[in-house]
Amino acid sequence: MQRTLEPLLRDHKFFAGLDPEYLSLLVGCASNEVWPADTFLFREGEPAETFYLIREGTVALEIAAPTSGALIVQTLGAGDVAGFSWLIAPHRWEFDGRAVDFVRALRMDGACLRAKCDDDPRLGYELMRRFARLTVNRLQATRLQLLDVYGRAHQH
Amino acid sequence: MRTSTEQAQATRAAPWTEPESWQVTDVRIEAPDVFTLGLTPPEPFGFQPGQFNMLYQPGVGEVPISISGDPASTGRVLHTIRDVGPVTRALCALQPGQRVGVRGPYGTSWPVAAAEGGDLMIVAGGIGLPPLRPALYEALSRRDRFGRVVLLYGARTPDDLLFAEELAAWRSRFDLDVLITVDAADRNWRGNVGVVPGLIPHSPFDPAATTAFVVGPEIMIRFTVRALLEAGVTDDRVYLSMERNMQCAVAMCGHCQLGPFLVCRDGPVFSHQQVARWLSIREV
Repeated sequence: MQRTLEPLLRDHKFFAGLDPEYLSLLVGCASNEVWPADTFLFREGEPAETFYLIREGTVALEIAAPTSGALIVQTLGAGDVAGFSWLIAPHRWEFDGRAVDFVRALRMDGACLRAKCDDDPRLGYELMRRFARLTVNRLQATRLQLLDVYGRAHQH
Repeated sequence: MRTSTEQAQATRAAPWTEPESWQVTDVRIEAPDVFTLGLTPPEPFGFQPGQFNMLYQPGVGEVPISISGDPASTGRVLHTIRDVGPVTRALCALQPGQRVGVRGPYGTSWPVAAAEGGDLMIVAGGIGLPPLRPALYEALSRRDRFGRVVLLYGARTPDDLLFAEELAAWRSRFDLDVLITVDAADRNWRGNVGVVPGLIPHSPFDPAATTAFVVGPEIMIRFTVRALLEAGVTDDRVYLSMERNMQCAVAMCGHCQLGPFLVCRDGPVFSHQQVARWLSIREV
């Protein structure tokens, strides 16, 4: 019997509760990949036609600064999703994505997904809903980081 | 040895107590602006996890400082202090052999015993770890009475992480899950980057049987509580330590009022249920 990636997709937090019919449809856009430590899943400025469902390991989202080297903006772990840029034109990566340690992830083909969403707007709405929630959570976390809450204290 | 209960009774009987003179035995640098003072009291001293002392420097002022050491140990009493103003700067400049005025212990404590039988999650942000460390010591001293014990800790940068050696020791324990994150880092840091609430979905715990203790800047507390409740922890099992402008520590001056509470007397440890309403009012 041929093994498919459907169980891996179903087990990932991002697709929790998704209609099994849609999972069968999405599995055609998925591939299972691994990255050794200190290799890059994607680089800033490159075309973004994929996103990643992380299954194991840590991915650091980094931005290169000429004077201070690479700064880590956020790390993502098992159960997290890396990549929104495939959704929104001009479809270019905004950050580098580096494997901090050995990473296993499902790579989702954005062009393939967009085509399936165009064919079935209900699937498109479901995916957008999930990505919108993810984006809002990420935005809230970024705002909290920007507040620099640990830098403030009462002046006793 | 005067227990914290006896101290509370004594405080009620004669609220305004004179600071006693304690000797500085050692000073440890925890981070660029954070120090731990080891103090020797004139007589054996007892406290409950989460309580604080008022530390006094003549001619400079007095500040509330959480007790950060092991409640089971007698003798040296630890206070971890961040240098943010004139009084804390004077305290951080103390050297072994010098003396400091101390009165306390004051305030409510972490309900460590009430958390037994289930999972215990301790969530600290920045200088919020010192007031939680005694609770962790106490839980680890009777580890078999808890399910999972989880420590989530966030700091500004890797250099700002407190108790570095102890964190390493805790991380090596099989009966304690420690997840650490920082707000910003370069590639020399191999750990997590992001905010503390973001660690909650990655933490191993049973929300339905978890008691959570949270300390940190109030904004961090609000987001953390939201994440805990979203994960399924019930409101009555989330406890916070609140910080307000405490001046007298004996419910006389009213500076630390939080709605109907005086934080020095009714807190600093509250259940989220007690204070949730007041956390959401801007003017309070």
